[in-house]
Amino acid sequence: MNTALSWIKAYVPDLQVTAQEYTDAMTLSGTKVEGYECLDKNLEKIVVGQILSIEKHPDADKLIVCQVDIGEKKIQIVTGAPNVKEGDKVPVVLDGGKVAGGHDGGPLPENGIKIKKGKLRGIESDGMMCSIEELGSSREMYPDAPEMGIYIMREDAPVGADAVELLGLRDVVFEYEITSNRVDCYSVLGIAREAAATFGKKFVPPMPEAKGNGEDVHDYASVEVVDTDLCPRYCGRVVKNIKLGPSPEWMQRRLAASGIRPINNLVDITNYVMEEYGQPMHAFDLDTVAGRKIIVKRAKDGDEFQTLDGQVRKLDKDVLMINDAEKEIGIAGIMGGENSKITDQVKTVLFEAACFDGTNNRLSARRLGLRTDASGKFEKGLDPNNAEAAVNRACELIEELGCGEVVGGMIDVRGDLPVPKRIPFRPEKINRFLGTDISREDMVSYFGPLEIEVDEAAGEVIVPAFRQDLVCEADIAEEVARFYGYDKIPTTLPTGEATTGKLSFKLRVEEAVREVAEFCGYSQGMSYSFESPKVFDKLLLPVDSPLRNVVTIMNPLGEDYSIMRTISLNGMLTSLATNYNRRNKDVRLYELGNIYLPKALPLTELPDERMQLTLGFYGEGDFFTLKGVIEEIFDKLGMTKRITYDPKAGKPFLHPGRQAEISYRGTVMGYLGEVHPEVLDNYDIGERAYVAVLDMPQVVKFASFDRKYTGVARFPAVTRDISMVMDKKIMVGEVESAIETKGGKLLESYHLFDLYEGAQIAEGCKSVAYSITFRAKDRTLEDKDVNEVMEKILAELKEMGIELRG
Amino acid sequence: MKEKLEQIRLAALERIAASEALETLNEIRVAYLGKKGELTGVLKGMRDVSAEERPRVGQMVNDTRAVIEEKLEERKARLAKKVREEKLKREVIDVTLPAKKNHVGHKHPNMIALEEVERIFVGMGYEVVEGPEVEYDYYNFEALNIPKGHPARDEQDTFYINDSILLRSQTSPVQVRTMEKGKLPIRMIAPGRVFRSDEVDATHSPSFHQIEGLVIDKNITFADLKGTLEEFARELFGEDTRVKFRPHHFPFTEPSAEVDVSCFKCHGKGCRFCKGSGWIEILGCGMVHPNVLRMCDIDPEEYSGFAFGVGLERIALLKYEIDDMRLLYENDIRFLKQF
Repeated sequence: MNTALSWIKAYVPDLQVTAQEYTDAMTLSGTKVEGYECLDKNLEKIVVGQILSIEKHPDADKLIVCQVDIGEKKIQIVTGAPNVKEGDKVPVVLDGGKVAGGHDGGPLPENGIKIKKGKLRGIESDGMMCSIEELGSSREMYPDAPEMGIYIMREDAPVGADAVELLGLRDVVFEYEITSNRVDCYSVLGIAREAAATFGKKFVPPMPEAKGNGEDVHDYASVEVVDTDLCPRYCGRVVKNIKLGPSPEWMQRRLAASGIRPINNLVDITNYVMEEYGQPMHAFDLDTVAGRKIIVKRAKDGDEFQTLDGQVRKLDKDVLMINDAEKEIGIAGIMGGENSKITDQVKTVLFEAACFDGTNNRLSARRLGLRTDASGKFEKGLDPNNAEAAVNRACELIEELGCGEVVGGMIDVRGDLPVPKRIPFRPEKINRFLGTDISREDMVSYFGPLEIEVDEAAGEVIVPAFRQDLVCEADIAEEVARFYGYDKIPTTLPTGEATTGKLSFKLRVEEAVREVAEFCGYSQGMSYSFESPKVFDKLLLPVDSPLRNVVTIMNPLGEDYSIMRTISLNGMLTSLATNYNRRNKDVRLYELGNIYLPKALPLTELPDERMQLTLGFYGEGDFFTLKGVIEEIFDKLGMTKRITYDPKAGKPFLHPGRQAEISYRGTVMGYLGEVHPEVLDNYDIGERAYVAVLDMPQVVKFASFDRKYTGVARFPAVTRDISMVMDKKIMVGEVESAIETKGGKLLESYHLFDLYEGAQIAEGCKSVAYSITFRAKDRTLEDKDVNEVMEKILAELKEMGIELRG
Repeated sequence: MKEKLEQIRLAALERIAASEALETLNEIRVAYLGKKGELTGVLKGMRDVSAEERPRVGQMVNDTRAVIEEKLEERKARLAKKVREEKLKREVIDVTLPAKKNHVGHKHPNMIALEEVERIFVGMGYEVVEGPEVEYDYYNFEALNIPKGHPARDEQDTFYINDSILLRSQTSPVQVRTMEKGKLPIRMIAPGRVFRSDEVDATHSPSFHQIEGLVIDKNITFADLKGTLEEFARELFGEDTRVKFRPHHFPFTEPSAEVDVSCFKCHGKGCRFCKGSGWIEILGCGMVHPNVLRMCDIDPEEYSGFAFGVGLERIALLKYEIDDMRLLYENDIRFLKQF
């Protein structure tokens, strides 16, 4: 919302502030000023000049030489403007002065344009006559300005006077951010009331009085509200003998400053009242209203209606319409119809000042894609009391401006109007709540300017109906706080029972995982939770994959962001691809983020949100580098039992021979592998890439930060090396499994120290050598102890068809 | 005999002094002290010495042996030292050659900011909790005093799954979930992902993070809210940070405020960073609305509390001077490596 300071001052006459003081104080009392614009910015040394004589320039066809009276003296100005004539009064910028912009109306330069005297084609020119664009405005806002050329001022403008002032440009326009609860502040009067309260000045609102003639409005028109739930009040008054013409300058200036283009007196009055009271109005040409009757009711599904912007709109049964006796003539609170539009021939007008249901209005405007100035106000939910004041104010202005003859009386269709509310007023409670020590008298003094009354006997405050936001004691506490000053409220820390600051176990596990991933060289990435349904094809998932059962967003930003991810790989592969495409080398990334698995579709309960650790890299390293990271993580989380890897992970997006499902103590934890070349192609990644995913809820189940000291070995170890030849298809994991299961208590560790295929080894076989270490806690092992265990291990290996090498 | 020993001693010491290698020393040891060495030879000649002379000569032989041994050890130590010194000299490296790094990975800037915030609040006794990202309308709006049709629902451009389930548009639903558990007092923060249907640009993302804070106890005041957030702002942005509370409106708090901190680049003088105002808006907060307390079965006459919500990306962007929010979700390693 934008409003000129001069308009605020019209209701707070004693207000004397600079733009910055106003901005700061209003912001601190709750009416946030987003910024302001001084209309006289870069307008310097500009006075009213009167053209005394015009002569042709001797050396230029398109230039003229003017003698101009600027009060104290006469100066000579050369101009190319086509529109000036002798006797015209014009804004003249003098030597050394400044204008805001060029005559083409382009963007205004930050520091304006300096004007100096000089010669034009050899003839002295002492200054410049200004167009409206040079004064930083436009024909939109000054409709009386000529299309081309110099702005001609009023005939009564005093020669030599400050032209900027006379044009109403010695003003500041403030832009406010009004919060949605302060419906009353979407109006100049509302803001002025706040300004008066903020600066402790008197608030002088208009007291509209439109007597009207001796006739009765009810003889001219009638109103019936069918859907009273959507229209709590409808006020109507009639004006006849309309005389259209421009509205007065003061009204035009105020509208222009608010960003509203002046049109004619009738339109300007409705706009003016809309800004002043925050109450949108509509004017119907009564002669086009069939039966001179207004009926307010819902549209029918499928109705079509042409609004006054010429567009045909499709309606539905939740759109509230204004009808006459025969047809729809306007969308209530949004836009009037082409069929009842005011034309220059208008004679009699019905002014509508109604109150429509805010929510319905907002939703209708949204469905129709038609948000107007009016709907922008109605959607907030207006105070029905305001409608009467507004329509009377409009009629008062009609009379004042001689725009027509107001018919006596007002049509008023309404139910019960909101009445002032009573809220308990307990100053001690407010102080206890705010942590302040504000006296009762001070609190009461803040209420007066806000028109909040205090009922001492009842211990209550009485809140005016227009303050729909004040409902409970906390609201009253806020009124006290903001006029006492948020900045004056002391700062303390909560006392009371001590609480323990901590992270949940899940978050601690995640922290440990991040630590290891980063130590292993992986940097943390973040990707979106929603993605395109196309990712499943990119990842080669079969059509019946359960991962294709997704939570779908009803109103996504586009198909590419329309489903909640059920697998975390797309984000990772996309990030790797981004890096690859930018020629970054050796990229290692990890992400901790949720996937969303619906329990049933359509969704009736919240989906299962499962945190996934996703690791991905390309460049230096291979499958086993990544496997190492997984094991480091498990180690860090106290998961020191054997991790098993099943090559039959069944992941279509991974290399069929280079993938493994990761299990721990019989539970699947995730998978890792090399990305399938076809998937790499789909993501435009030009080299081998590896990924691993851990399902964190499962990891969290097994993770533990408890550690127990188990002693360090004091007796020597015995190491035995075995060398085997086996079928290539047997995985070393099976050998390890045999060592582990048969190794018993004495087994301390084992490691693979040789793996060989090729010459000297039979086709289809490989040579594998392990070094196995045994140790007892309580004694030095003897050969026979170790031999016993080794025999068991070797027997098991033999069982598996593995031969010892000679 | 005496002369002989003196001769041996002098000759031995001379050779020791002249030796330049450990091996030479060994040879000398063998030559004089070994089984067939000269000194041993002298001992063998003891047979020819009279009985009364024998102890004296024996003493002389032993003295000579001791001197030679001592000198041998001395020389050995010196030579060993010399050898080590030479070795060290040979082993000089160019310390300016490139380091062999482990290439530790980097934290996401969001995470660094989050950890800072968590550290501050955990230190003040706050528990870090989480809530679902796909949330019921009830928790995201209804229970936060934002009934159906409330204009605040429009302001947040929410993604819906269906009529009752949505992508949470704020972390505030975690407030309700925490209060519902009925365990008082509460001091918690709830970081997490939130979603709003904003098109992606330099300052908007349809998915971003907030950190919710909530304190519920007896006698919690607006002054406590101010004190807590001032403390927070100073910890996060520096001790000399000034904090400004401006009245604002949120449906689930009353009174409500927006909080500005003095610009940490220009210290309030006004610069490009703070758009000349000297202040930077960082969070919204307020006293928990009595309606919200009641919805969670907490009696507003007995308990009060405050809540706040901070945009994590906003903090990260400000603190690390990142000029485009899109960078946070591209995961370009050259970007991540800077944190």
